[in-house]
Amino acid sequence: MKHHYDVIVVGGGHAGCEAAAASARAGAETALITLKFDGIGQMSCNPAIGGLGKGHLVREIDAMDGVMGQVADMAGIQFRMLNRRKGPAVQGPRAQMDRALYRQAMQNTISQTANLATLEGEVVDINYANGKLEGVILADGTVLTAKAVVLTTGTFLRGVIRLGQKATPAGRVGDPSAIRLAERLDDLGFPLGRLKTGTPPRLDSRTINWEILEEQPGDDKPEMFSFLSSKPHARQISCAITHTNAGTHDIIRRDLDKSAIYGGYFESTGPRYCPSIEDKVVRFAERESHQIFLEPEGLTTDLVYPNGISTSLPEETQEEFVKSIRGLEQARITQFGYAIEYDYVDPKSLRYTLETRNLENLFLAGQINGTTGYEEAAGQGLVAGLNAARKALGKENVQFLRSESYIGVMIDDLITRGVTEPYRMFTSRAEFRLSLRADNADQRLTPKGIELGVVSAERKKRFGEKLQALEYYRDVLTKKSLSPTEAMDHGIVISKDGIRRTGLDLLTYPEVNLSKLAEFWPELKEIDQQTTILLENDSVYSRYLERQNQEAKSLNEDERCRIPDEIDYMSMKGLSGELRSKLDSIRPETLGQAGRIEGMTPSALAYILSTVNRKTSYSQARQ
Amino acid sequence: MIFSGLSKETIFASATAKGKSAVAIIRISGAKTATVLIDLIGSVPQERVLSLRRLKHPQSGEFLDQAMVVFFPNGQSYTGEEAAELHIHGGRATLNAVANCLLEEGLRMAEPGEFTLRALQNGKMDLAQVEGLGDLIAAETEAQRKQAHLAHDGTVTKASSGWKKDLTHCLALLETEIEFSEENLPPNVKNQARNVILQLQETLKGEVGGVDIAERLREGFEVAIIGQPNSGKSTLLNYLAGREAAITSNYAGTTRDVLEVYMELEGLPVCFLDTAGIRDSSDPIEKIGIERTKTRARDADIRIFLLEEKGQFFPEIECREGDLELRAKADLIKETQSRGISGLTGQGVDLMLQDISRVLENRIAKVGVATNARHRQAISQSLEHLVKAYSELGRENCRDEIVAEDLRQAIRALETITGTIDIEQVLGEIFANFCIGK
Repeated sequence: MKHHYDVIVVGGGHAGCEAAAASARAGAETALITLKFDGIGQMSCNPAIGGLGKGHLVREIDAMDGVMGQVADMAGIQFRMLNRRKGPAVQGPRAQMDRALYRQAMQNTISQTANLATLEGEVVDINYANGKLEGVILADGTVLTAKAVVLTTGTFLRGVIRLGQKATPAGRVGDPSAIRLAERLDDLGFPLGRLKTGTPPRLDSRTINWEILEEQPGDDKPEMFSFLSSKPHARQISCAITHTNAGTHDIIRRDLDKSAIYGGYFESTGPRYCPSIEDKVVRFAERESHQIFLEPEGLTTDLVYPNGISTSLPEETQEEFVKSIRGLEQARITQFGYAIEYDYVDPKSLRYTLETRNLENLFLAGQINGTTGYEEAAGQGLVAGLNAARKALGKENVQFLRSESYIGVMIDDLITRGVTEPYRMFTSRAEFRLSLRADNADQRLTPKGIELGVVSAERKKRFGEKLQALEYYRDVLTKKSLSPTEAMDHGIVISKDGIRRTGLDLLTYPEVNLSKLAEFWPELKEIDQQTTILLENDSVYSRYLERQNQEAKSLNEDERCRIPDEIDYMSMKGLSGELRSKLDSIRPETLGQAGRIEGMTPSALAYILSTVNRKTSYSQARQ
Repeated sequence: MIFSGLSKETIFASATAKGKSAVAIIRISGAKTATVLIDLIGSVPQERVLSLRRLKHPQSGEFLDQAMVVFFPNGQSYTGEEAAELHIHGGRATLNAVANCLLEEGLRMAEPGEFTLRALQNGKMDLAQVEGLGDLIAAETEAQRKQAHLAHDGTVTKASSGWKKDLTHCLALLETEIEFSEENLPPNVKNQARNVILQLQETLKGEVGGVDIAERLREGFEVAIIGQPNSGKSTLLNYLAGREAAITSNYAGTTRDVLEVYMELEGLPVCFLDTAGIRDSSDPIEKIGIERTKTRARDADIRIFLLEEKGQFFPEIECREGDLELRAKADLIKETQSRGISGLTGQGVDLMLQDISRVLENRIAKVGVATNARHRQAISQSLEHLVKAYSELGRENCRDEIVAEDLRQAIRALETITGTIDIEQVLGEIFANFCIGK
């Protein structure tokens, strides 16, 4: 067994897989350490990938040639584009997964990745000296050394599962929690907090009365996650929808004091956007029913995930309330719902690269940083994996900007604001939402991937062809134009101001699309579907994009102005005490990040900049 | 996001303390500086040399002030950008007139500390200045706190926190539709948003109008006396002034410029304007006087028309609500059908003054909480976006994300008054009001 690697990734979940694959793509010799090889790619919560904001993240990961998108396309059994009736910026691809297929596809991908070894074992401690990390120690005493380590331990740090009044230490059902590792992080002075999340009971599909339930089919024309995929691999199926009722709510209310969440057993914070059924019944007492999506966990399994009733009520109560629901009268629970409480590391202690400030060469990604969701975890895995590899290889780090990606928004939110509940991506978190669409993720990020050398030759080629087509037709549309009178002749009504409109201008009118323009401009007849969608989507927001571009430009200028690590905020007497301590704990890396700290004022920012200037000149700081 | 997106804008601010002083200095910095100078004084003066110039309003051509102007080319100013200083006469009226003019030119008022920040960004600060900056900022903040407290007594803050609540609520409604369209949302979420936006629009419109009145309250309301030549305008003014403010004679066209008499009317500062008599004149100087009269008369808060015959009207000066039409030289006329006035005998003067103060009192009642040009700029910008959001909401295929974008811009515009509205607040509002989540 080899004992030295450039990068070691601890954990084989969504963050770990993406981190290991990214590190290997970046050219670092990488090892992925996990408890069981068979656990790689496990979906511990609901069997779905994507959604609003989350689908954006998956497309971005794919644009950097990450693994999640292609694996999800292999395993998807019901594809739906959410918000199809709204504008392109707020549409998000989502798909139900076959859990087994997903695991299988991920394990295949990981095994086939060059530069990447997989080791089974439990990491119980880390080795370090002089503030620098040197490697990890396994439970059997094996010592592995590495230039950089990415920890992606999910909910395993001092994880405790709660079901009714019972509490069991565990990372997820059936897996032990990582207690020694948590204690080590504690010793090293990492600021730790506690969060909780929950999961619903799983049902046996054969005991559900599907006949009487409303069916929810996938899209007729499924849209894939990966820019390289064209169609689903697995057979496509439908989900079903049912609802709780007054009877259900009575049972839940009656037993509230036995719930782990409501019985006062928790001190930690759960996510507001993913409330337990107990929460819903208490907080929205006036609602007589809540929606439940019955999501099959795969094609070859009888497990069903009832999305919408996560709970920590005792087993008997779960049995009783499930049976009170339409279609579930005979349903058998195969695994009870539970709540899990775990440690997370305050992400304000991380850098843009997700490297910790406490310990050089240690990177953290995924739920350990206080996030929730597979996609959020994978996005961080990508960032941590790339940066760990580049650091190990002595290359310059990579920063994802708020103005270019949801990944950038997420990282910046985490390290600047920290979390008070498990962090989930929403499109509303992105101030450049209209520019950051799922359909243009490759245009935003693939060039960066190519520059970093982490994109395959195949993707590079296809991306180049796509851009070429786009440029060609954009050029056609810029050169062609109509006067208001000519437009009228073609049935397009525009104000008679004598100004000629180019093809791109005309596209911004809601009633004009490319097939309309192709009626009188034959050059556009051959245009492909993909290019059509991109051009039309760009035109929807053209009025707003210019402003966003302008804002992004100046934002990025502030982002390029680096604040050195050794700056001493506590001695800045010009700043308020509150601001001083905020700055001291967040330690912004750039002027842009400093500006986003709550309570920051221009004067204070000027003052910080002046102190930076004393050390380096501004132009140097800007590189 | 304090400056992000803003650093390319051209900014200005008064560099001298507010209030009465002999000279006030307005600093301008940014790429549009030279263009603005051309608009205001017709040319860019010689670099780094103080030059005497006449400031004129770029659109109306109205004379604003006689000023000393200095221009600094790119790289040779305090901020390191293209910059200028306008040394104008002190006092709020002049300062506000010039400031409004710059706002209309698309400039933005600088945030506190922004000139220094730009200087730093452009590497223009020397070490000594940097050393002193900390204390300076501490002092600045304290002064601002006091000033804010004294000037507005918390009312702006109070009202704007209401707007903030409304805007957060609206955005939350829209974001709920966008982020949670899969959930069982109650119907009419968007209608609810539309109603809130409509109400907020009305409030903000009122505020924009109120700012003008609030400014007048500080600087004095203007009442223009209008009539044909030799209709007794100057005589009336002299009566009001109790002294010979205007030279009167019975030769038509004696008053060629606009004369002002200040008085306090039931506690309100009022400035009466005696104007050149309106007639077709071939005298070029009188012509200029008549043109100026028309402009001032149109801009005044109240116009008093001195009529020498019934039904007489002045085609270029509209008679608006609150204006008075009075029979001129009432001492010479015996008929009592129309209200008359005489500056010779004082007949009808008390009644006229009562009317004026009643009209002004009514207007003041409409003053909102926003009282300065900076507030007005923020509110008008916000209003512009609210109007767009409202009209998009009314479209058949309303694009929610575009409404949300305009709401965000509306919020950003108001942030100088309301403080920042965070996405966390919006999300908080969503989760508090809707049962969201699977």
